Amino acid sequence: MDKAVGFYESTLGKKVVMAVTGIILFLYLVGHMLGNLQIFLDPAQIDKYAHMLHASAAFLWSVRLVLLFCLGVHILAAFQVWWRSRTARPVKYKVFNPPDVDYAAKTMVWSGPIIAAFITYHLLHLTVGMDSLHPDYVHLGAYNNVVAGFQQTPVAIAYIVALLLLAFHLYHGLWSLFQTMGWDHPKFGPWRRPLAVLLTAVIAAGFISVPVAVMTGVLQLVGG
Amino acid sequence: MKLTLEIWRQKDANDKGHFETYELDNVRSHMSFLEMLDVLNQELIEKGEEPVAFDHDCREAICGTCGFVINGVAHGHMKRNTVCQLHMRTFNDGDHLVLEPWRAKAFPLVRDLIVDRSAFERIQRAGGYISARTGSAPDANSILIPKEQAEAALDFAECIGCGACVASCPNGAAMLFVGARIAHLGFLPQGQPERVERAKAMVAAMEQEGFGACTNYTSCEATCPKGVSIVGIAKMNKDYFNAKLFSGGNLGGKE
Repeated sequence: MDKAVGFYESTLGKKVVMAVTGIILFLYLVGHMLGNLQIFLDPAQIDKYAHMLHASAAFLWSVRLVLLFCLGVHILAAFQVWWRSRTARPVKYKVFNPPDVDYAAKTMVWSGPIIAAFITYHLLHLTVGMDSLHPDYVHLGAYNNVVAGFQQTPVAIAYIVALLLLAFHLYHGLWSLFQTMGWDHPKFGPWRRPLAVLLTAVIAAGFISVPVAVMTGVLQLVGG
Repeated sequence: MKLTLEIWRQKDANDKGHFETYELDNVRSHMSFLEMLDVLNQELIEKGEEPVAFDHDCREAICGTCGFVINGVAHGHMKRNTVCQLHMRTFNDGDHLVLEPWRAKAFPLVRDLIVDRSAFERIQRAGGYISARTGSAPDANSILIPKEQAEAALDFAECIGCGACVASCPNGAAMLFVGARIAHLGFLPQGQPERVERAKAMVAAMEQEGFGACTNYTSCEATCPKGVSIVGIAKMNKDYFNAKLFSGGNLGGKE
């Protein structure tokens, strides 16, 4: 325990904790996306899937608590690291053009909080089904909940924008975690960025396909 | 050619500091950046003003003494270069250049463009060494080192400790410097006995000095005059991880 505490005290330790929780959250996103894609099968399929996930309250809540814990730790470590770096340069440059800094890296610090806000909204919208956000919400009626939700164009657009931002966050996180964990080798080092681009593109395309399919009328409400 | 120079002037650490603008005529294209500043200083001295203070020594891009930020880029716009080997022929007539010192909490300002980089020395002293037997010199090649490893070690040993990595890091982090030192010795058999303690001690010293954290921006690598790779940062992370969590105790021998 002492070792773990001492390890976490350094920024290197905090980054490793961010990377590990990031990997868990990423794996969850893969599962979440694959679950979502069932919406393109029979409309009853995704409702059946929703019922299956809710079959055991113990299972459902263990997964939720693990995710919530990872998210909380990920945010806490990020905030601490950000705060430390903020104080490392008390007098700012008048002109500062550090080369090679890409858009994704530069925006991690605010894509994070925006994604956190989006997750809150998303949970209230499609998991809790708050009346004011989603008047037609029916518990476990996943198919119609999603289609009715995204038939509100501003909602669908908000989801798409948030998911694109998530894509940038994932891209930087996915390649940079290799560096943080010390996973580097001449054999695969140069492939870390392309791999991150590929995984991010698959995840983003999978998630965004759903609101786009509703907006273009590919997915329609079903009766009953 | 003619240049407009906007230079940070600050008497000492307690002074608030401000930008001063100078117009300089007759800049020759064969001058180095520091020679151009020498000309400016000569003019200032003749006018009875204080010359601009900047650090320099070898002027051959090998000692790591010089360095400041030109238009937002550490050591200026040429890759793998220090300001002493940055030549005026790479600039244009009428350029407006903003000159600032390395800015970091861990590098307190001494005067004008000079900062105190002894934080690097303290990190180095914390663990950037090996223990060697004194006495007569050992035979050459008494310890064999695979060629790839020797080359990698020398690539990281190229770090001249100029501080450009810290200056160009948006977080003011010293990861590239510390990573280079840890990777350099970590690749060599002579560096193994202290490897665990080195990672712990150098990282602890780095954090104590008040440098920032790594976001993997990679601008350190891009401005490093010696092209030291961020692979060194990955090596440091791995060594630190192993040292902190998986070192010590019985390594598999008898109880």
